[in-house]
Amino acid sequence: MRNHQGMEVSFAAAEAVRLCNVDVVAAYPITPQTHIVERLSKYVADGKMDAEFVPVESEHSALSLCIGSSAVGARSFTCTSSQGLALMNEIVYLVPALRLPIVMILANRSLSGPLSIWNDHSDVMSVRDTGWIQLFAENGQEVFDHVMIAYKIAENENVLLPVIINMDGFILSHMFEPIELTGQEAVNTYLPSYRPRFILHPDRPVTMGAYTMPTLFTEAKKAQEEALLASYPYILQAWKDWGTLCGRVYHPVETYYTEGAETLFVTMGSIGETAGEAVRLLREQGQKAGLVKLRLWRPFPLEDFLREIGSAQRLIVIDRALSPGGPGGGPVAGEIRAALYNRENRPQVFNFIAGLGGREVTVGSFQEMFVSSVSGKASGYQIFGVRG
Amino acid sequence: MPKADFEYLWDELEPGCVITEPGNSRSFYTGDWRAFSPVLEKESCIKCGTCWIFCPDMAYQKNEKGYYIADLNYCKGCGICAAECPTGAIHMEKEKEI
Repeated sequence: MRNHQGMEVSFAAAEAVRLCNVDVVAAYPITPQTHIVERLSKYVADGKMDAEFVPVESEHSALSLCIGSSAVGARSFTCTSSQGLALMNEIVYLVPALRLPIVMILANRSLSGPLSIWNDHSDVMSVRDTGWIQLFAENGQEVFDHVMIAYKIAENENVLLPVIINMDGFILSHMFEPIELTGQEAVNTYLPSYRPRFILHPDRPVTMGAYTMPTLFTEAKKAQEEALLASYPYILQAWKDWGTLCGRVYHPVETYYTEGAETLFVTMGSIGETAGEAVRLLREQGQKAGLVKLRLWRPFPLEDFLREIGSAQRLIVIDRALSPGGPGGGPVAGEIRAALYNRENRPQVFNFIAGLGGREVTVGSFQEMFVSSVSGKASGYQIFGVRG
Repeated sequence: MPKADFEYLWDELEPGCVITEPGNSRSFYTGDWRAFSPVLEKESCIKCGTCWIFCPDMAYQKNEKGYYIADLNYCKGCGICAAECPTGAIHMEKEKEI
């Protein structure tokens, strides 16, 4: 009998961090991530978690501190959202360059302005090119599972890269869901102690973060990109091992009703569940609709994606962020169009920018997108549901 | 002596570009972009070591006669030693055009 417990997803995330025996938590509270940090500080204060909790004065300091703690070999965690990520930005680039396996939960929230605390993906898209491994969770259980999975990936000696776990703000962070918690013993088996390749220690000094001349910078960036691309099989392995342990199996690209589908939705994050319901209803009406969900955003699982879209004629790509003044559409659709450019018989790509700043995206929304795409009414991209 | 940076291929770099031989900047001459060199007039020098204290690059070393001499392999030619010298024994001379 499986043991599910009803709890707020933020608390499940904090519980997963505790189970991972994290040594250092440095974070600054920001809506909608606050409950994760609050719970972690309580765990440490109550002696339920043997970690240093550092209530830093800003997100810039939070990630800077994690760099220091990770560089001395401590398993380090931070989490943030929106403006916090923006304030952290210059440090976000440093972590993958230093190859430090820090894990960050990002409770996705729109970037101001106008000021908004609600969910979209503009925050994560602002760090798209920083070199972190980036994963999207669709529900609370996936958030919980992916904390363990993220450390497993990050600390693999062949990976040594930081991981961002994206969870939609409020829609996931403040939702109460039945969560199947994993026992401490099982987590310990899955996630052994971190064995760093290099640490800062006076007995065996090394230099980290040295200055690079134009004669070496290109090689350093090439090495960083190769490391990110090379992480892919270890990400698959971490999911496979978790599946063996818990029975929940994850893939870089998840699919729903793709067989024989002529029109496929492409989603990331929690709206995948809503889109799935829309697809189920469309199938009931005899429409050949399907759904492809990107769980892995970086490194982009191009081969898996091309395989899963098969010979679909239309892709309806949902972007949760706008790329103002760009050549057409949101960041996800732009990448997918680029990926398809050299393919023969490539599908038409329709792009809907939806759910900005917490605007609801319902089952009906997906049905509307489907109708306007199939009827040919939709153009290259549009901001879905905008008035006027 | 480690390799010069322009000799490294991308896959020869340690993860995160970690330098496993700390202190290796000694192996790299960093004074070659200097525009002015410090010149010491020994007659005025009182061997006080003010130049040695103020040199931001630790390029000054004391020789066997007690004079402080800038190692031009590392001196960047900033002129702080000349500005701080209490007897005016150091002046800066423009490097010759190559």
